[in-house]
Amino acid sequence: MRVTVIDYKAGNLTSVIKTLRHLGAEPIVSDGDLSLVESAERIVLPGVGHFAATERLDNTGLTAAIKAAIARGIPFLGICVGMQWLYAGSSEAPDQPGLGAFPESCTRFPDGFEKVPHVGWNSLEVQPHSRLLANIHAGEFVYFTHSFHGPVTADTAAITHYIEPFAAAIERGNVMGVQFHPEKSGETGLKILTNFLNWKEQ
Amino acid sequence: MLTKRIIACLDVHAGRVVKGVQFVDLIDAGDPATQAARHAREGADEIVLLDITATHEGRATLLDTVSRTAKALFVPFCVGGGIRSARDAEQVFEAGADKVSINSAALADPSLIGAIGASFGSQAVVVAIDARRDPNAADPVRDAQVYVQGGRRPIGRTVVEWAREAEDRGAGEILLTSMDSDGTRAGFDCELTAAVSEAVGIPVIASGGAGTVAHFADVFGRGKAHAALAASIFHFGVSTSRSLKEELAKSGVPVRLPC
Repeated sequence: MRVTVIDYKAGNLTSVIKTLRHLGAEPIVSDGDLSLVESAERIVLPGVGHFAATERLDNTGLTAAIKAAIARGIPFLGICVGMQWLYAGSSEAPDQPGLGAFPESCTRFPDGFEKVPHVGWNSLEVQPHSRLLANIHAGEFVYFTHSFHGPVTADTAAITHYIEPFAAAIERGNVMGVQFHPEKSGETGLKILTNFLNWKEQ
Repeated sequence: MLTKRIIACLDVHAGRVVKGVQFVDLIDAGDPATQAARHAREGADEIVLLDITATHEGRATLLDTVSRTAKALFVPFCVGGGIRSARDAEQVFEAGADKVSINSAALADPSLIGAIGASFGSQAVVVAIDARRDPNAADPVRDAQVYVQGGRRPIGRTVVEWAREAEDRGAGEILLTSMDSDGTRAGFDCELTAAVSEAVGIPVIASGGAGTVAHFADVFGRGKAHAALAASIFHFGVSTSRSLKEELAKSGVPVRLPC
């Protein structure tokens, strides 16, 4: 299974690539090579750091290519900032639009309650419609490190509680995103990535 | 619910895990990759690998060790020791680390914190602080002295103001070692840990002094730590992170279980 991993210079891809390889996939990195998106069987968009970095996706033509791939039914997984990019935008960089696959926007955790960023292992409340999180049981833990998050909506695949309930995962058809890092979430994370690799159109 | 993290710490010298010199019968504790995988399997929430000698000629060994250790590790992996520039950090990330821990180099050039964070995100930058209470200061705890070079030399900064600066410059977490407590097995310095945790908005990892399960419960409670480093406790009656966490859960500490 060829997996096109998008590199937009927002952090380190080593862990994601290593984990995909461990699961038997063949990760291929595109840092602007649109043909690797056009021929993709799976697309993973990792990302840490600042939402503004996603501007590079627009400037390199990757945004349009990814949009077309999603329209063709190619399974897409955004991780962390890669999930946030699926929304209309984020208050972290108000002038930088996201893909808009989901109409809401990401916001920062409110100050004055707990530490922000939210760092560490927290549990998932998996929603029954989720295929990405099939076989993930209530209370399984995954690793988070982020300050911004998406709201809970009908598209939310899992809810996590920190200061307030937020979307730990989002899913509609072949478009999926996880706020946590499955590549750093032990056996639970490996199961989720395996679900993504095995995803088939229904 | 966000859980408290137990972080297994491996001290590495010349590519081998070593134990503190006071434990004479435990000098060589094996291969870092094997040991890290074992700790992950036994329930550690995170792995820290510290290159305790970090000589220049040790760089290639470190990168090779990081690469081998990262290969089959699917929990967060932090590497520290000898990282003096953004380029050094980049090599460690490329070898498979998720976070770097910087100490003396950040004090020598605080802009290094932001330089690494700009490329790899602030979550990837852990600022390690070695501090000793200052009995002559107005507030011996908040004004604890910060030491460099593995705790050999005070640098003339106090712990709370340096932790705040590190946060302002983009550190993602603080790894705080109490030099007063380190090696005593008499408990973490909860007052010191709480003083730093209350002063910053980022998570604080407590280190130094763990001898019993109760010490961990104490530093998560009174010490307001978000994570704690576990090293020598595994040689004194607590066999694994899992058993440590099972005991902590009985005291009401939220931990990742089953794991």
